[in-house]
Formats: sequence, structure tokens, C-alpha cells
Amino acid sequence: MSAAENNDPKHDIALALREALGRALANIDLVRNVRRLSGGASQETWAFDAVTDHHVHPLILRRAPGGHTNTKRDTAVPLATEAHLIQLAQKQGVPVPPVTLVLDETDGLGDGFIMERIEGETIARKILRDEAYAEARPRLARQCGEMLARIHDVPLDKLPDLQRSPARAEIDKYRDIYKSTNHPHPVFELAFRYLEDNLPADDRLTLVHGDFRNGNLMVGPDGVRAVLDWELAHIGDPMEDLGWICVNSWRFGEIDNPVGGFGSREDMFAGYEAAGGPSVDPERVKYWEVLGTLKWGVMCLIMVQAFSSGMDRSVERAAIGRRASETEIDLLNLLAPRHI
Amino acid sequence: MQDQPAAKDLVLAVREFLENVAMPKLEGHDAFHARVAANALAIVERELVIGPDSNAEEAARLRSLLGEDGSLHDLNVKLCDAISEGRMTLDTQGLADHLWLTTLTKLAIDQPRYAAYRRAKDTIAELDA
Repeated sequence: MSAAENNDPKHDIALALREALGRALANIDLVRNVRRLSGGASQETWAFDAVTDHHVHPLILRRAPGGHTNTKRDTAVPLATEAHLIQLAQKQGVPVPPVTLVLDETDGLGDGFIMERIEGETIARKILRDEAYAEARPRLARQCGEMLARIHDVPLDKLPDLQRSPARAEIDKYRDIYKSTNHPHPVFELAFRYLEDNLPADDRLTLVHGDFRNGNLMVGPDGVRAVLDWELAHIGDPMEDLGWICVNSWRFGEIDNPVGGFGSREDMFAGYEAAGGPSVDPERVKYWEVLGTLKWGVMCLIMVQAFSSGMDRSVERAAIGRRASETEIDLLNLLAPRHI
Repeated sequence: MQDQPAAKDLVLAVREFLENVAMPKLEGHDAFHARVAANALAIVERELVIGPDSNAEEAARLRSLLGEDGSLHDLNVKLCDAISEGRMTLDTQGLADHLWLTTLTKLAIDQPRYAAYRRAKDTIAELDA
């Protein structure tokens, strides 16, 4: 072992992981190939392998940034709650990476959990274009419907403490953020007004994944293998999930395939109903597609604030505000189609 | 009047340096951020070319819609208030046209490769043909 490796934070993480995994895996020899995966601003994701005497276990560590505890995560659920939700979804028959271990404070790794590493692709452009997924693509929309029906069927009395956020609360939250930017967006005003005028009843509130879209779906040549990133889960209108995956931003240019760029709404609705979900009202899904599109537009503005405040001076943060106009044309297509 | 090169040409020079000289020498995150930086400069170039005329046209449409004068920012704030309070809706003569034209101009500057923008431009071209 060289001195350089000893100074490497990966070395410390490997030692701590080996110690912690003693609670979950028998005869653990070592932890190796620790590497940080990209993505995830609100948490860190690391891949590694744990070796026991007869077996290599491919695993993932999800933890608070820098291994801290009690990090302010805004609307995100605590990591231990996220692990709990993954376990509940698994019981319901949703494909998820099985949770190996939830970290505790004695582990010295901060808040987080360890789960199995599923092989597959999350990069939308590859899933939508590569030959390897050609057979999977026509099945994905129906599979998404089936998975969402199961997620929405998790018994409410089994759920951990989650934020309750039906349409009214979502609109208020994103309007406050938008107003705080002090920059006029007439198209956003039009969308807020539509959402106010068409507010759905809170007649069915369920577990909502909250970020069910391309990027958080692990796909193999056989179809969806795992639903990832449960940090935005909440109690809300289940149609929120169906609308969110139809938002044009997640179609990556394949605009004629409304579900994630790979399928039709009809296929998703059929899968939803076949898996036991109630019959779907397309107008209500459209409502949530409008809300989701607006929400992504407002989120682009939030990221500019991170730049302006000096918190993150990257060009990426600075430039993302200019993507709000993408959501404005999407909103016009939803609310005032074929006008010009 | 400023001397030459024009602002858009200075930005072009920096963008081409990033793309042709800096980016090939960078890897991973640095290469990615250089690509984002080059894209940001391309937005500035397009805004410098398209912005002055399109802002003037937007202000003229707003004055006509609102029957008031003011800065582009203030006129947009007034339009937002009118929409928010329900005084203007998609049934208001000229509102939908204005929002479409303004949004198409934003995308011509921000992201002309966005699929929904290209589709809208194709539709307009077909209507004009």
C-alpha cells in the first residue's frame, strides 16, 4: 500500500464499509474497487465490491454528502426512510435494488444505506437509441404502468413519516419559489392559472414515488430492472407519477413517445389498470404533466439562484436557467396547442 | 460605438478557443464543463444577434396588448399580473400569439435544437407554404 493510497478518502471509506458490512454479510474479507458515481447533488453514490470467502458482492453506497449526518435535504426524505420505502416497494413486487444495510452513527460513514448493485443502464439517450434495448423499448411504458400501480398500492398504514403534498401544496410551493426569483414568466403564470382553475379533488392519496422518470429507471435488454432514487417520495395524488414521466423533458427528443420517449400513454394506462390500479382519467394525468413541466421549469430557476448566491459558481448552474424556455414551449403545447 | 471586433465576434473567438484548443486537452468533468461553457457562449452569440430586434418587437406587442408603456421588464410584470388575476386568458385576442412568438424567440436563442422548437418551426413553415 503506497502512501498516496493511504491519503485517499476511498481507502477510509473502504475500511469503514468493511467494518459496517460485518453486520450484514458473514465472513467479509475486504471491500475493493470503491469509486464515486456521477450524479446526485443531494446525496453521494459510491459503487464498490465486498468480498466474502466464496463470493463477490457488487454493492452501492448512498449517503449524505461528505458523510455528514442531519444534512438539510429540503423536500428529500431521510436516507433511512428511503431505504425503508425501497423495502416496502419490494414487498409489493416493484423491482428495486435490495437493501443490504442501513448505516448507523457508529459506522462513521454518515447517514446512508447500502444496496445491491443491479446491472443495467440509466442513461436515457442509450436506452432510447441503442440496439441493445430495441426489444425492451416497446415493453417499457406498460411496465412503468404496472410498477406505478404497485407503488400506489403500498398500504398507507405501513408507510414511514412522509410529507403530504397534494396538488394544492405543490402549486403553492413552486409559486413561492417562482415569485422569489422576481423575474416575469408570462407562460408560467398561464400554467399556474390553469392549475388553479382545474385543481383535482384529493379523493385518492397514496404513496407517490415523486421522481419516476428516465434516469431513475435501471433498464436491461429485458426491460425495467429497478426503480431508483426514492428521495422525493411523498403522500399525494398517484396521477402525479403518471404525469411526471410524460413531461417532455424526459423524452430526450423522442417527442412522439410521450412516456419517457419510449412509449404511449395508452400502454402505460393499460399496464396500470392490468396491475390492479383504478381506471385512469387522461385529463387528470395531463393536469400533472402540466404541473410537472412547470415544476421542472421552476427548478431550472432555482439552480440559477445557487449560482447567483455564490454557492455554486459552475457554468452548468449558470446556464441551466436558460432551459426554462424549453418548459415554456412544452407548456404552450399543452395549454395552447397548434396556435401558430 | 465600440470598436471592432463586435461583441459577438469576441465571444465567437473565445468559444472556438474552448472547442478547438482547450476541450481536446481536457478529460471527464473538466471536458464536460468546457462543453457547457461553449454552449453558454453560443447562447450569448445568438442573443447578441437576435435579441435587440426581438426585444423591440416583444415590447411593441406588449404595449399593444396592455395599452400601456414601460420597460420590457415592467411590461412583462404587468402581463403576468393580468394573466394571474384572470383579466387576460387564452381567449384574449392576441395573447396566445404573443406568448408563442416570445417563446419561439427565447428558444431561437437558448436552445434551437430542442425537438419541440424544431417541430413548431416546421409547422409554421408548412403553414406559410
